[in-house]
Amino acid sequence: MAPKGRTRTLFWLIILISFMALVIDLPQNLPLKFSWKNFSLDTQISRPDFDFSFGNFKFKKELELKQGLDLAGGSHLVFKAKMEGVAEEDRPAALDAARDNIERRVNFFGVSEPLVQTSKGGEEYRLIVELPGVAEIDQAIDLIGQTAQLDFREQESSDSAVFISTDLTGKDLKRSQVQFDPNTGQPTVSLEFNPEGADLFGQITTRNVGMIVGIFLDEQPVSLPRVDEPITSGEAVIRGDFTLEEAKKLSIQLNAGALPVPIEIIEQRNIGATLGQESIEKSVRAGLVGLLMVMGFMWALYGRLGFLADLGLIIYGLITLALYKLIPVTLTLPGMAGFILSVGMAVDANILIFERIKEEIRWGKQLREAMELGFGRAWDSIRDANICTLITCFILFNPFNWSFLNVSGMIRGFALTLGLGIFISLFTGIVVTRTLLRTFFIRKEKLITDH
Amino acid sequence: MNFMKFKWLYFLLSALILVPGMISLVLFGLKPSIDFVGGSLLELKFEENQSLVVDYQKTIEDSGFDVYSIQSSGEKEFLIRMKPITKDDVSLIKAALAEKFEEMPEEVRFETVGPTLGRELLIKTIAAIIFAAVAILGYVAWAFKKAKFGICAIIAMFHDSLVMLGIFSLLGHFYGVEVDTLFVTALLTILSFSVHDTVVVYDRIRESQKRHPGANFIDLVNKAITETLARSLNNSMTIIFMLLALYLLGGETIKWFIFALLVGTISGTYSSTFTAAPLLVVWDELEKKIRKK
Repeated sequence: MAPKGRTRTLFWLIILISFMALVIDLPQNLPLKFSWKNFSLDTQISRPDFDFSFGNFKFKKELELKQGLDLAGGSHLVFKAKMEGVAEEDRPAALDAARDNIERRVNFFGVSEPLVQTSKGGEEYRLIVELPGVAEIDQAIDLIGQTAQLDFREQESSDSAVFISTDLTGKDLKRSQVQFDPNTGQPTVSLEFNPEGADLFGQITTRNVGMIVGIFLDEQPVSLPRVDEPITSGEAVIRGDFTLEEAKKLSIQLNAGALPVPIEIIEQRNIGATLGQESIEKSVRAGLVGLLMVMGFMWALYGRLGFLADLGLIIYGLITLALYKLIPVTLTLPGMAGFILSVGMAVDANILIFERIKEEIRWGKQLREAMELGFGRAWDSIRDANICTLITCFILFNPFNWSFLNVSGMIRGFALTLGLGIFISLFTGIVVTRTLLRTFFIRKEKLITDH
Repeated sequence: MNFMKFKWLYFLLSALILVPGMISLVLFGLKPSIDFVGGSLLELKFEENQSLVVDYQKTIEDSGFDVYSIQSSGEKEFLIRMKPITKDDVSLIKAALAEKFEEMPEEVRFETVGPTLGRELLIKTIAAIIFAAVAILGYVAWAFKKAKFGICAIIAMFHDSLVMLGIFSLLGHFYGVEVDTLFVTALLTILSFSVHDTVVVYDRIRESQKRHPGANFIDLVNKAITETLARSLNNSMTIIFMLLALYLLGGETIKWFIFALLVGTISGTYSSTFTAAPLLVVWDELEKKIRKK
């Protein structure tokens, strides 16, 4: 027999957790609007944001559901690093440097929450880039994909078409900016050299007065200005017939630096945002319909016990959603499917227990004893059965990034929601339902015995 | 009720579903998506225009791009499969279509996968399946001590996988349904679900064995099944409700994923009672025959 005191504590604890979960689950603003006869209501419930500090401890959490690429729209890109010119032992470092570089570029571009990762597939060194909600994806790809090696070259002799490299490269730049030519209004890219660069530039312009100094980007000439006078200020302007986007792009690339190794795109997935939003709405609707069917089914089959299991199911939903917001879990479409599936499986533990209880009653035990025995005996089955699903979730999720297993975001999303769902459902299915049962049935029995 | 008397009927029923599937697998194989073979997938949408997809195909081919296949994928959307192309190519295609049909199509999604990635994914997939099967077999063998439980559970598990593969092979051949990474996810999920369900039945058989040590094995199995059938069916019903709702009301892109899960769930439920248990009985009978010799 479970001690009554503990049951009551557990009961109120569960109510508290459910309530907190409910608060976390609410969307930022929930419009409330209805009218009935003379009474009308048109207001909004605003969920308070978690933003408080505690001495030195600051806690701020934005409680919105993070959406994966396939829901929010965006791009998933995979690049292969062309490591031909790089020595074998230097390759991992080069890949990491490339990764950092791309992250800088993407950040300058202003993408929120980009994801840049390295990965190794067989002999290939790869970079995985995810850009949520990027509308101008072409630009983004150009931005990332171009090596952007800037260098300055001087003519071999005047009127020669051949250019010789100088020592001045993009490495000597301190900063680059987009500016507008005061005369033509055209976008230009301004350069500011670091001290050594300024020095070098001064020397180059001095010995090339009247000749052309070529500005080359990735071996292609971008601008071929004639030097009028030596420039010792360490500043220069590239006028290259740019559109604004091209100027911005070049500026970003120069600021981030040249990629240490050239890269080539090998996989690309772009999802339009509307597709994602539609999918969300449909899945939510489907989830609710399914939930109602399951709840009705449980009630029909197990009567009052079923009703309590339904309550447990609702609490399960609330807690799971709250956890998604807190952890946070990035939700993808298969992830939503995993969640909805786990709701169906969540009920399994309850069914096992209830069937057990029915059996014990059939064998002549009293309700209370049957309940306790039901929970005890069913646990072994529940444990064994769920371990198998958890093994599969583990493999699908691939938490250690083993390269012989997949690393796809969508599949991991599914594995995560399913696995998480199983853990939580074990909690709600057993602890919550048992507590609810004990609470309500104890009272009921008291009512019966008091008469 | 003597369920086990009809075990050959159950095997026959399984065969009825498995055989067409297996034949199809051998003859036609599966239809792999670009995830596995590489290629490009472009989904476009015209709000106003309502021409036939063959017209679109012609315009695209006239612009110099080979089209593997083109089909409608919704009221206004159509899906084009081609060999790998770049984003610039997509702009060209859109421009060509806009010129011909006087409306700029909306790009719903664009995916392109290089062939090496595809091959790699295939290998990873097979690795995952083998890994999962071994891990689960190991667990069942450890939990049930006797090899026959583990092996029969695995056979039931393969039964379910083959049902899924067979059905998708048929679907692939007749309806062009493709097998992608989501299908593999469904396959793996069903592997575990199938064993999950089987374990519950085996658990009950084992418990009965402990309680009635001398009893006839067939009687034990029948008893166990009678006791677990209600639970097994009910549990599957709840999952099927959720999946059905998702299939009918959910988004287009995961439709076949959900269908695969549905097929697998139904098969998994069936196999744990009507395949896994009879297999145990058959094993037991064979054991006895061998011992008598």
